[in-house]
Amino acid sequence: MEKNMLKDENDRVDGFLKVTGKAKYFAEYELPGLTYGVLVTSTITKGKITSLDTKAAEKAPGVIAVISHLNKPSAAAYEQEGGPQMKIFYTDKIFYNGQPIAIVVANTFERATYAASLVKATYAKETFNTDFEKALKDPKAKKFQGQADYKRGEENAYKTAEVKLEERYFLPIETHNPMELHGIIADWRPNNQLTVYAKTQGVKATQGTIANVFKIPIENIQVNSEFVGGGFGMALRTWPLEIATVMASKHIGKPVKVVITRMQMFTMVGNRPAAIQTIGLGANKDGKLTGITHRAYGETSTYENFTEGVVNMAKFMYQCDNVNTSYVIIPVDLGVPIWMRGPGEATGAFALESAIDEMAHALDMDPLEFRIKNDPETDQQKNKPFSSKNIKEAYKIGADKIGWRNRKNKPGSLVEGPWQTGYGVSVGVFNANRGKASVKGILKADGSLLLQSATSDIGPGTGTGMTLIANKLMNIPVNKITFELGDSSLPPAPSQGGSATLSTVGSAVNDVCVALKSTIAELAANSNMDATANFVDVLKKNNLPQIEITKESQSGKEKDSYSMYSFSIHFVQVKVNSLTGVVKINKIVSVGDSGTIVSPKTARSQMVGGAVGGIGMALTEESIIDHRYGRYINNNFADYHVPVNADVPEIDVNFINKPDPYINPMGAKGMGEIALIGFSAAVANAVFNATGKRIRTLPITPDKILA
Amino acid sequence: MINFQYLRTTTAKSAIALLVKDKNAKFLAGGTNLIDLMKRGVTAPEKLIDINHVPLKEIKQVGNKIHIGALASNTAVADHVLIKEKLPLLSWALQAGASAQLRNVATVGGNMMQRTRCGYFYDIEMPCNKRQSGTGCGAMEGFNRMHAIFGTSEQCIAVHPSDMCIALVALDAEVVLASTKGERKMLFKDFHRLAGDTPHLDNNLKADEMIIGLEIPINNLAKNYHYLKVRDRASYAFALVSVAAAFEIADNKIIDVRLAMGGVAHKPWRLTASELFLRGKEASLNNFEQAAQLAMKDAKGFGGNDFKLKLAPNTIIEALNLAKSKA
Repeated sequence: MEKNMLKDENDRVDGFLKVTGKAKYFAEYELPGLTYGVLVTSTITKGKITSLDTKAAEKAPGVIAVISHLNKPSAAAYEQEGGPQMKIFYTDKIFYNGQPIAIVVANTFERATYAASLVKATYAKETFNTDFEKALKDPKAKKFQGQADYKRGEENAYKTAEVKLEERYFLPIETHNPMELHGIIADWRPNNQLTVYAKTQGVKATQGTIANVFKIPIENIQVNSEFVGGGFGMALRTWPLEIATVMASKHIGKPVKVVITRMQMFTMVGNRPAAIQTIGLGANKDGKLTGITHRAYGETSTYENFTEGVVNMAKFMYQCDNVNTSYVIIPVDLGVPIWMRGPGEATGAFALESAIDEMAHALDMDPLEFRIKNDPETDQQKNKPFSSKNIKEAYKIGADKIGWRNRKNKPGSLVEGPWQTGYGVSVGVFNANRGKASVKGILKADGSLLLQSATSDIGPGTGTGMTLIANKLMNIPVNKITFELGDSSLPPAPSQGGSATLSTVGSAVNDVCVALKSTIAELAANSNMDATANFVDVLKKNNLPQIEITKESQSGKEKDSYSMYSFSIHFVQVKVNSLTGVVKINKIVSVGDSGTIVSPKTARSQMVGGAVGGIGMALTEESIIDHRYGRYINNNFADYHVPVNADVPEIDVNFINKPDPYINPMGAKGMGEIALIGFSAAVANAVFNATGKRIRTLPITPDKILA
Repeated sequence: MINFQYLRTTTAKSAIALLVKDKNAKFLAGGTNLIDLMKRGVTAPEKLIDINHVPLKEIKQVGNKIHIGALASNTAVADHVLIKEKLPLLSWALQAGASAQLRNVATVGGNMMQRTRCGYFYDIEMPCNKRQSGTGCGAMEGFNRMHAIFGTSEQCIAVHPSDMCIALVALDAEVVLASTKGERKMLFKDFHRLAGDTPHLDNNLKADEMIIGLEIPINNLAKNYHYLKVRDRASYAFALVSVAAAFEIADNKIIDVRLAMGGVAHKPWRLTASELFLRGKEASLNNFEQAAQLAMKDAKGFGGNDFKLKLAPNTIIEALNLAKSKA
């Protein structure tokens, strides 16, 4: 019935449910006998728990259990030697401040919260370091190679170039902070049957992780996650707090719900790690790049390593015969990071695309012209042609729309009172991925089509995209198509990450639809019907209530022959107040080059969301730690500044919308990441154009403008 | 559970009677700050006296003054026709604060009573003399980007977070207070305190007193005024520095001027010396710059907030420019 609310075919299929509160998120499930867990966290940064006094908590009203390393509830994999260092409740070691050390389960959330405050830990403290800059300078600090060094041509060729620059860029920790708090409901039943309601970007991944830890068959675990209130990468893994909840449910034999606090969102579910990067660029006086060196250092934890694609872009984005990159990760005493939208590429693009702008300035060239001049025809890293790339067309559309012709190459040229106006541009690029997924299609004689896959929707509009793919192929109205996801019992699909869902699962939808059509055509032929007969008539004639086909789909050899990427261009116009240092983004034009646009409305929303995230990265977001204590100082929504409406101007979203001939049957490449990648550099470049000040440390706050 | 008694009353008299009975009782108005503080374990009152039903919401003109009830919401004050016409600086300052949702429930009295937003004050695992005497000041050598540059003490460098109060101190408001002994009036500028050796005290309200309302003289400052708030995002962020500026100008000569700053001290910071300098002078950029420099006498940074030494005078100049050019 809700589906009839769709105003046109491009509306979000679950939009009505979401805006009316009918979409049910994990924390909203009420199970009989549900209990509530609250996590107790470490207040020191490194060391050992020497004692944990749980008596008062255990005696508090409504408390069912207090679980910690003292009573080690059963978790088969943790009982064995080896494996991960961070085995929750199987270690007395403290790896970071805010680490969960116990869970208190009670019959109400409030009672659990109070009892958790009664658990008292004493510690043997050790010296620690949470300061990434300090770790980088410390010759004794551990350093690991995060990615193999890359070299094409001469190493550090920029150093001998006619025009050269070498600059250092700093990116602070950012925290994903989706609106929905993280957590899980675990319901462990006799005979090791487990049902969970999770907030996850991958129901199969959650299922697999839990099965591994508790050594129970995957089939015993049912994971439900139909709606997710934003993920941005933080729900790409099953966190210790989720394992703790499952342990608790198994231990007490009742369902347990845990929803962590906003403050705990800063320490329990990862972040975009801090990064320090050096870019060396060399060019000849005509503006041809002759050397690119990108060296990056990324933050990781002491108990688990984390890497991301910080230096990928430098290897292929520009025509240059001499390129070398290195990426080193350095542990600090903080919780392990996780991919955050645009992951490492967004980090790398800030540095590289700022440096490109700096080089254009050094050459006295228009930065757009400089990019066009160094635009490669083929991928020099992989030595393959691009499957599709329309970047020059994207440059043109964006430049026209932002009014690039009004830009002056000389910084600080456009002044009106204290306000200085500037224009900036940057490129974003991300792998156009396609993985393996299965989809079941059930075509019914009532004229409807049901599609099922264990994929997720963390917000991009997965169901809408899949519905539109089927709608186009099957010529069935969208309100007769249902796409079910977020259920681990459905045909398998990968987690939603890396901008791959539409390409991966969409291809399986495509294949299922093609197969259903050909089955219908066969049935029609066998029953002497016209080849164009409606499937409803064909099914009825054959006395079939429905037909059901499951298809697994993955990429073929085309992957070996082409280099596949999605591209974006971000243009911004900023105004900077020279007295107060306030930066105001006046106008944004983003152009996506990601093949066919399957679902125009939700694709646009993705680009808008990416730009808003980009504003945060560029101007407002930073998770601040007091390194004397190893504790976050701004771990709440008043002090951790995500952009608000007043920070966001109109965002003009454009798509090239030309199919990629090779990536998949739809010709559609992913676009969740490119919506954000590069955006922060466009802002930094615009600020430079406005003021002549080059800010190489994000976020660009008023103090940095005035410095 | 950390239990507390919830009491509700409908008259100021009974509210005060309830308050004096218990040292650990607190008034609950909008609750936008108090409830946060309770959740974070910063405060744990044994009694909450809900005063939302006490009839103190009126906004009216009495003679040459505007009276505002202590329980008028921030939104009601900002949107009231009397305030918009006669005290527009106050309306602007209010609208620069918090978010629309918070302003809808936050009250005038509560706004005056809100506590600092210093991160060390809110985290009970961190040192903070304001929260717990003798534990030290976490911000002094820690993260102090948001902190005070004027009137700081060895004990505390926190700032008062309100926008409304910056306009009120500029407007020569008076606070009406009531206790069992009757009513008294206090100049608004004397309401808040510097941290000194008593960082736990934010203001001079006595333990048995209740804020009844404000009285603000009507002035000739409704034409040339500006409230300029510099912050890390365009809405819902506390001020790095804010300036309330208002003039009375005739033939480009300054007849009256009011200047106050927020985000720089433990209390709303009136710029008396700058006002004195500007009075009678021409409303020129040169004079604005000199007034701004005068305001910075005795300013002191603590590292993270050193930028305020530049931002504060710049913001004064820009606020004066905008006040002057207001048509």
